[in-house]
Amino acid sequence: MPLLRHLYFLACLALIAASLAQPAMAQDDPFAGLAGDSFDDIRHGIETLATSGAPTAAAVIAALQEGNLYSGPDAALFIKTDDGWLDARTGKPATEVAEDALSPVKMNNGVRRAAEAAMGSLELYSPDAAIRRHAAEAVLKSRDPAALEGLTRALAKESDAGVRRIMEQARASALLATPETTEAERLAAVATLRARGDLDARAMLASLTAQPPAVAEAAATAVIAIDRMLQLWGLAQGVFYGLSLGSVLLLAAAGLAITFGVMGVINMAHGEMVMLGAYTTFVVQDVIKSHAPYLFEASLFIAVPLAFLVAGAVGIAVERCMLRFLYGRPLETLLATWGLSLAMQQTVRSTFGASNREVSTPQWMSGATQWGGITITYNRLVIIVFAALVVAALMAALRYTALGLRMRAVTQNRRMAAAMGIRTPWVDALTFGLGSGVAGMAGVALSQIDNVSPNLGQGYIIDSFMVVVFGGVGNLWGTVVSALTLGTVNKFLEPLAGAVLGKITVLVLLILFIQRKPRGMFPIKGRAVES
Amino acid sequence: MSKVSTILCLVLILGGAGLLAAGNATGAVPTYAISLVGKYLCYAMLALAVDLVWGFAGILSLGHAAFFALGGYAMGMYLMRQIGTRGVYGNAILPDFMVFLNWKELPWYWHGFDNPLFAILIALAVPGLLAFVFGWFAFRSRVSGVYLSIITQALTYALLLAFFRNDMGFGGNNGLTDFKDIFGFSLQSDGVRRGLLLASAGFLALQLVVARYVVTSRFGKVLIAVRDTESRTRFLGYRPERYKLFVFVLSAVMAGIGGALYVPQVGIINPSEFAPANSIEAVIWVAVGGRGTLVGAILGALLVNAGKTYFTGALPELWLFALGALFILVTLLLPKGILGLFARSTARPAPPVVEPAE
Repeated sequence: MPLLRHLYFLACLALIAASLAQPAMAQDDPFAGLAGDSFDDIRHGIETLATSGAPTAAAVIAALQEGNLYSGPDAALFIKTDDGWLDARTGKPATEVAEDALSPVKMNNGVRRAAEAAMGSLELYSPDAAIRRHAAEAVLKSRDPAALEGLTRALAKESDAGVRRIMEQARASALLATPETTEAERLAAVATLRARGDLDARAMLASLTAQPPAVAEAAATAVIAIDRMLQLWGLAQGVFYGLSLGSVLLLAAAGLAITFGVMGVINMAHGEMVMLGAYTTFVVQDVIKSHAPYLFEASLFIAVPLAFLVAGAVGIAVERCMLRFLYGRPLETLLATWGLSLAMQQTVRSTFGASNREVSTPQWMSGATQWGGITITYNRLVIIVFAALVVAALMAALRYTALGLRMRAVTQNRRMAAAMGIRTPWVDALTFGLGSGVAGMAGVALSQIDNVSPNLGQGYIIDSFMVVVFGGVGNLWGTVVSALTLGTVNKFLEPLAGAVLGKITVLVLLILFIQRKPRGMFPIKGRAVES
Repeated sequence: MSKVSTILCLVLILGGAGLLAAGNATGAVPTYAISLVGKYLCYAMLALAVDLVWGFAGILSLGHAAFFALGGYAMGMYLMRQIGTRGVYGNAILPDFMVFLNWKELPWYWHGFDNPLFAILIALAVPGLLAFVFGWFAFRSRVSGVYLSIITQALTYALLLAFFRNDMGFGGNNGLTDFKDIFGFSLQSDGVRRGLLLASAGFLALQLVVARYVVTSRFGKVLIAVRDTESRTRFLGYRPERYKLFVFVLSAVMAGIGGALYVPQVGIINPSEFAPANSIEAVIWVAVGGRGTLVGAILGALLVNAGKTYFTGALPELWLFALGALFILVTLLLPKGILGLFARSTARPAPPVVEPAE
């Protein structure tokens, strides 16, 4: 008896072991379908596997997509890798594979689509929130009713609020595409999509078919609401572009606001000071690349003060050697500085060549982010911030430093200032140097968005003068307002009239404006104006 | 002095052009030299126009090349229509670029340009009209000095951008070219080249006479008063804006004539003629020769352009340096230009030193 019992026990053990070692061909084997013969079997197999929660499911379907999944007799499934075969069910290396009996699992477009959808729903469970978000977006766009179940399950487990929201939206889109959904659920789904409010949601709502009248109506109003929302975002995006262009104009004009606005010197070589700054950036990056590559991310921080010094030094030299002989003769100053600009362009062309020089953008400045419905590129954002900083620093320098005090004194009443012991020639030189230095810093910023070529400065000179004149000569705040206004107006005219016609319109408007208010938007009042 | 130099200049222009033409007819002077000198004479007309407003009315126009180019475009449109069926596409009505852009019919503003008289009228009228409208607004609202300079520059810049557009119907950035005939004669023939040179010399001489008549008349005296102290002139009861407007329009028409004669001699007109740099270059011709002397403007234009031809051929790298240095040195060392060197030192005391802007 005991022996028999032992035998019986052993037999049972063997059976259990056998059943463990060789999985049964039963219906509940989630892998069975994949080994099937017909495309339908395989497609169903993918769907079954994807919702089964089997740990190797993702790897198996990925292998299928790449054509590395092989089936053999007895529903055996293996994944082919570079190192040999893996058992599809366990994910462990398989020895003793009868390669001759294996054949790749068949694919057609239906299978491929099923595999993609399955991968999407599998990724809904990924530990990485970014992958989950991506997967939810994919489901949202596919509007696949089959993904509903997976989504519902994923939603129950989701902890990240942002991902959760997208999953709900995806679920809403799937619900609207499922025939069994009740009207109340549909209405809720429309509301969810309406809250999303982007182009995808709009397209989805606009293309809804076969909905109950109440739902169709809700969808139609949602589309209108989304359109209005999108328009607002478009407006905001326009404002951002406008601010961006405005900040570029402001940077280019800030130095001119000092040399032309405060000193009254028409410096036609101002654009070339900007160009010097851009080339300084190029040289700095060049040196860093060959001597200290690890500093590359900081190259712009090194270039900014250097560009200020280079352009400022050139400015002081120009003032000492040329401009001081021309004070009181603004039109002659204009011609002489124009000549200077030609000579500077040719100097740079002879030194660096006529072609564009490549200035790279550091990692931290590249890329973009989405904020609501507007796209913000980092380099534009950085330039806006930089322009604000430069102008703030300039204002502070004029207001709070001893040099600023002297500058203001000299520009307000030269002879009185001289009588008080201020060395006016020295102040003139430093003021011009300051204005030129600011232009040089602008060049660093412009090197990030424009071609660094000898003609860089020419493109900005007319615009810069326009900005300063429009804002009111001698008024830094006026320059700020004017640059931002012109930038925004320009960007809003562009979609209406095209880039070139928009610019022409702005120029003509400016010419007309100066007729009305020859001293700009914010003229300085008082007797000094007439001189 | 001034009268003598004007007569001398007239004799030199007409005599020189006549001699060159005669030399070309006998084969002593190559035809390219004829066209080159003809081109310089057209530039001289532009310089004269700039000197008239800058030297005598104190208006530093940095957009005068726009008037020159507009006159040139009017002439170019006439020459375009003269091509007829000899264009690449052989279309009798539409110029090549319109066929290329798939235009079906001639835009309304191209009508009438098959008539040379109409084209010449437009070459005078359009620059004059633009100058009138622009000056009307600018002078009435007393925009002056550097502000005026800057908006004239904006004007020519806007026109530059506009003419670059294909939709404008002026050939986009290629402009108008491939001309064949003028008044029924081939543009390539030596006879026509000589004729154009003589016409340029004749018109330049005529413009010099007219400009001199204007500036030495009673009107010219007031103009100079406006230049030197505008507000004082106004307080004396004159209307400075009218004087400025008249001379500005006259100057624009003169520049337009120069442009109209320029185009058949160089064979092309394109938007780059509107570039602000061209206008500024014209100002330096005047500064080199001597501002406010008329003859000096012509001299400066001829000298600088001859220098440009030499430099851009022989030492292209150095041309911009030379031009830049010219700008700087002339303004620093030769405020009265070359003619100023020959002026008698007792002629007029130097103007009082002006205090720097406060």
